[in-house]
Amino acid sequence: MVRESIDKTLKMFIGGAFVRSESGRSEAIGNRLRVCRGSRKDLRSAVEAASKAQPGWSSATGYLRGQIMYRMAEMLEGRSAAFASLLGETGKAEVAAAVDLLVSCAGWSDKHQQILGTANPVAGPYHNFTVSEPVGVVGVVCPDAPPLLGFVSLIAPAIVAGNAVVVLASRSSPAAAVEFAEVIATSDIPAGVVNILTGDLAELSPHFASHREIAGLVAAGVDRETRRVLELGAAENLKRVSVIDEPVSVERWRAGIGPGAIERTLEFKTIWHPSSA
Amino acid sequence: MSAPVIPTSPTVDAVMAAQRAKGFTTRSIKRESKGQALRLALSMVDLTTLEGKDSPEKIESICRKAVSPMPERCDIPSVAAVCFYPSMVKIAAEALAGTGVKVASVATGFPSGQFPLDVRLRDTEEAIQDGADEIDMVINRGAFLSGRRQEVYDEILAVAKLCRDAWTSDKHVHLKVILETGELETLDNVRLASDLSIVALGESGLLDEPGGGFIKTSTGKISPAATMPVTLVMLEAIRDAHRRDGVYVGMKPAGGIRAAKPAWHYLCMVKETLEGLDGSAGCPWLSPSLFRFGASSLANDILRQIVKLETGTYPAAYDFSEA
Repeated sequence: MVRESIDKTLKMFIGGAFVRSESGRSEAIGNRLRVCRGSRKDLRSAVEAASKAQPGWSSATGYLRGQIMYRMAEMLEGRSAAFASLLGETGKAEVAAAVDLLVSCAGWSDKHQQILGTANPVAGPYHNFTVSEPVGVVGVVCPDAPPLLGFVSLIAPAIVAGNAVVVLASRSSPAAAVEFAEVIATSDIPAGVVNILTGDLAELSPHFASHREIAGLVAAGVDRETRRVLELGAAENLKRVSVIDEPVSVERWRAGIGPGAIERTLEFKTIWHPSSA
Repeated sequence: MSAPVIPTSPTVDAVMAAQRAKGFTTRSIKRESKGQALRLALSMVDLTTLEGKDSPEKIESICRKAVSPMPERCDIPSVAAVCFYPSMVKIAAEALAGTGVKVASVATGFPSGQFPLDVRLRDTEEAIQDGADEIDMVINRGAFLSGRRQEVYDEILAVAKLCRDAWTSDKHVHLKVILETGELETLDNVRLASDLSIVALGESGLLDEPGGGFIKTSTGKISPAATMPVTLVMLEAIRDAHRRDGVYVGMKPAGGIRAAKPAWHYLCMVKETLEGLDGSAGCPWLSPSLFRFGASSLANDILRQIVKLETGTYPAAYDFSEA
């Protein structure tokens, strides 16, 4: 007897739950898959979940966030075959790069603070420090390709810094990001820290840009018009916005990681403290 | 005291009440009607803080928020009242003098009510003397659940008479009776406690004025607080009292209503339960004089929704003052 396999419904991931779009919409990707077409209201719910989860996540120690990110790497490694088959020919190399990137980022969890923070010389009886803090809720717009590495390379630095993210997955191949939700769900990251939407860029980008609860935006591989929309909206409430022209590649993923990538979603605070002398 | 003439309370079908209450969440309220509902709901809020750490400064700040929920916008209505512990009433009365925002005080040994009757009455008296416009009393749930209903009735009547006797030509102290429905176990008990309270309010003379007496779901100190089925049962008790005696009893769900959307679900419930009773076209209960929301974070969510509706942009929590 031949058994029909069961296809997975590709759902979005909001507040730790796998959900369909509140709008009920879905769209075909290729000739077999359908994904949710997320709406403005899904984005709103995701931001609400993120802003609820973010304070707790950022108050966890950097060490703990690093450990949890290692765990994500482990979970991804364990499912590498599934991801590789999802991604096609170059899949194996892309999954390996994504795992390595997570491990590398995990290592930075309690170290970027020392590299980016400074002790500033001032003319007076004060210690003067600049320390970094996560901006809060970060909107992430993934490049279309590479579907998995593009996603991981943008969210890992943001969450390791203590931010919560609301992510719009690759539009042309969203399945990898949606699948990654299962990695997140099994790796001890608190619900709401990572929220994954699928949907239309032109429809959602104005809302990513204008939602005032979103404090930072990171996008890669988007066209000029999207960039304009994101930057204009971000100006409204002074969001930090980084648009990366060259999306990460499987060969050169190392270039996009480290304190420089983490810095995109940090805010700096300078403290004057009276010294005894 | 004479025995109360409490009408036999009908039993409540809990399944149907839940189903009916759920129905009110499916009404489509958009655009202009949403804008209206939001403003109406805001004007019905009793802005509340009932914490051990409340300080005069916090009370003053909440009073400012109550008068102008969005200081930069004068078209946004004030809330109906503020609701504090008795020790804060003087400060609030001073801060709100002449603004039209009422000062409500919880009293009678809030939230448990587990104090001797004379202490509870004294508590009420003092709050009135300090300038409270409205008293939120708790009923004796222990007595109610033990079946000592006469005792519960007598106590409500005693507090209600205190309020009624304090009426002057220019100030009528109102009373809200908190049933603490989360402790009453069944909807039948909720209905019974509602009827008991309404009869006591009527007996005291507080209902000589529409909205002189309210019934209120909860203290906000225990969970579950206000739910839609419970509120529906209480609204039906209010409806039946109106049909029976022509009285206008107010309703105040309190606790657990944190967002604008559930607030307009409640408004739908009020409209569809109490509309057209007295032959008038509108629903008299859709007014702060007969319906209130006891809440602390609801006001800010309503403001968020108003801004979203007008600008199309989602505001952040930090766009509005906490108090």
